[in-house]
Amino acid sequence: MMTTSEKVRSTIREANTEAIRRMLEAEPVLIDVVPASEAIPELQEGMILHAGPPVDWGNMCGPMRGAVTGIAVFEGWATDLTEAERLAESGAFHLKPNHDFGAVGPMTGVTTLSQPVLVVENRARGNYAFCTINEGLGKVMRFGGNDASVLKRLGWLRDTLGPALGSALSVGKGVELKPLVARGLTMGDEMHQRNLGCSSMLLRTLAPNLARTVDDRAELAEILSFIGSNDQFFLNLAMVLGKAIMDPVSGIKGSSVVTAMSRNGTDFGIRVSGLGDEWFTAPVEMPEGLYFPGFSADDANPDMGDSTIVETIGLGGFAMAAAPAVAGFVGVGEPSTAADFTRTMGEITLTQNPEWTIPALDYQGVPTGIDIRLVVETGITPTINTGIAHCKPGIGQVGAGVVRAPLACFEKALKALATQLGVR
Amino acid sequence: MNKASDKPKIGTPKKEKTEPQSLLNGPPQVINLGLASFADELTKQGIVVVHVDWSPPARGDLELANLLSKLSE
Repeated sequence: MMTTSEKVRSTIREANTEAIRRMLEAEPVLIDVVPASEAIPELQEGMILHAGPPVDWGNMCGPMRGAVTGIAVFEGWATDLTEAERLAESGAFHLKPNHDFGAVGPMTGVTTLSQPVLVVENRARGNYAFCTINEGLGKVMRFGGNDASVLKRLGWLRDTLGPALGSALSVGKGVELKPLVARGLTMGDEMHQRNLGCSSMLLRTLAPNLARTVDDRAELAEILSFIGSNDQFFLNLAMVLGKAIMDPVSGIKGSSVVTAMSRNGTDFGIRVSGLGDEWFTAPVEMPEGLYFPGFSADDANPDMGDSTIVETIGLGGFAMAAAPAVAGFVGVGEPSTAADFTRTMGEITLTQNPEWTIPALDYQGVPTGIDIRLVVETGITPTINTGIAHCKPGIGQVGAGVVRAPLACFEKALKALATQLGVR
Repeated sequence: MNKASDKPKIGTPKKEKTEPQSLLNGPPQVINLGLASFADELTKQGIVVVHVDWSPPARGDLELANLLSKLSE
């Protein structure tokens, strides 16, 4: 006869085995780019999806407010930022997390009905995930930028790049993303703060069909230049493939595997497989890192974005060993210390991904399957590579760094799992 | 007499042929568990220290440690 504790441990063991199986069997493929309203039928006028766990206007940080007001003007719901702010204060906009709609978004992560979204199908499970297109660096909406230049670029993404990518992807069978990531890891990418290899390979993959489907040569040149000049173009794809991998892992009773980590600039939240869609939150922490000339830590906003889905699947800070150059960029130390981050993340994960290996670690796989029990037991929290936004709306990115997921999120989740399994 | 009886019984202290080394005959050799600051201070004094990064489960939180004992392998 098994004791209660033995039964509980057996339940968790079997549930986590299934969770890891679903993670590793995933086959994310980029299949289309469509307006968000087509991908997410629930999106309506006045509805704004944002990064992180739920947050209302009153508790939103500066950049998030900047993005909300900017996107309201972009969608034509307000004539200017002042009116948009007044409408937001009156509760005129419906604010919801991306994660509730199969979507993710970097930094502020605002997603509204007319924005084009990348569509990724997980062919192993038949589910879909969505993410907006990366806008480039500097003054952009994901960092809270909202002036005319930001809105003009969003208009170009909506009217030119999005439809062109959709047409190019309609020729062919889509772009398999796991092999791209595997090669990116051998080219110095960790897929959060460095996407140079994957962005280049994606452009190489898409260019022939873009050339076949875009008739205007000047427009084609502009598209190729935009993708080719943005080293982080692949970031949004790394995120959406992560969402496509992790959504089917949710809801396995008893599983202690983390299925999402995300932050809204106010709170950090995690979801755990056995606990479904419930968020376990704690105040988000400040990133530590390096700043662009003219900016300092005094300008920084607390951490923000759905991009932590990248760490949730074993990339980003978990794959730092693959990207020693990133260690210097985010200011955590010498490039030779990069492998330490990956090894440490191995302390809080259940396995390694045999398809995503790191040459510098003798082809060990990236640490995969964050287990809340291991996080609470060791006190080691996930390392996240991140961009740093200015704390005031409308300014944009001011640096890059590293932030830790708050331990309290994992402690709360552990107590909830114990309650669910009847041992608390 | 059978050979087995020549073997020392389990738990019988093995006779040492050499004299025990005094701890004070040479520089200390230190393994430090837990607080890194102890190791750091000794290192500053030129003492070789092997530091083991260890902390009590759940940072010593009794409720969480109790839950972990029921949930973990």
